[in-house]
Amino acid sequence: MNIAWYIVLSALLFTTGAVGILVRRSPMVILLCLELMLNAGNLALVAFSRMVGNQQGQVFAIVVMVIAACEVVVGLGLIVALFRRKLPLDVDDLRELRG
Amino acid sequence: MEAVLFFLAAIGALGGAIGVVAMRNPFYSVLALIVHLFSLAVLFLLLTSAFVAAAQVVVYAGAVMVLYVFVVAYVGGAGESAWEPIPGQRFLAPLLAIALFVELSIAVLSSALLALGTHGPDVPAGFGDPAAIGRLMLEKFLVPFEASSILLLLAAVGAIVLAGRKREGEAA
Repeated sequence: MNIAWYIVLSALLFTTGAVGILVRRSPMVILLCLELMLNAGNLALVAFSRMVGNQQGQVFAIVVMVIAACEVVVGLGLIVALFRRKLPLDVDDLRELRG
Repeated sequence: MEAVLFFLAAIGALGGAIGVVAMRNPFYSVLALIVHLFSLAVLFLLLTSAFVAAAQVVVYAGAVMVLYVFVVAYVGGAGESAWEPIPGQRFLAPLLAIALFVELSIAVLSSALLALGTHGPDVPAGFGDPAAIGRLMLEKFLVPFEASSILLLLAAVGAIVLAGRKREGEAA
């Protein structure tokens, strides 16, 4: 398979994640859609690393995985904290920080 | 054979992604994301990056998704009205998405990267296996490796502070 196929698939997955972030309102599902976007970026990184024939892109992908894990941990901690304080789990209601 | 595997994995990945966006129940969204992650691991294997694929399955589909399932079970996903967006959002979001996809495709496919139309060069047998990646991480990328470990520690501490029990006298 040509590398271009992987890149186009990665663009498609990124777009799907972006739609999810725009459309969904539950913070948990928004976190899941962020995961989709990060994974699309990972696929592009690994595909480009294969295209160049160099393994450094794969190390990049692993670092992105670490970042994603951190983001999940902090995000889920926020969700649990919101739930404990009986706040609504809906990003349209949680807009006190909006300018 | 490679093409068949690629298309199967691509359909799995795309189907999982659409499932994450479309499912109303967050629990089903998590399950769809697991399908997506496994399909992506197959794609990583096709790109001869065995270690990334293994890390994907073990770290993501294993550990991170367990975390998600726990939180979904704790918070509960009932009563969510996911498909009642701001007026116009339902139409604007797909339009913007199509525009984004077209833009990304144009940016990539019309670039001067001639190697995009190839399989990539032939690589030696150990390309992307744990030994090679580990050597890179401990020799060339030692500082980013340590930085990411510190970041993980900070995230764990931060999550405990955020989600831990309220202390006495703390404002609710």
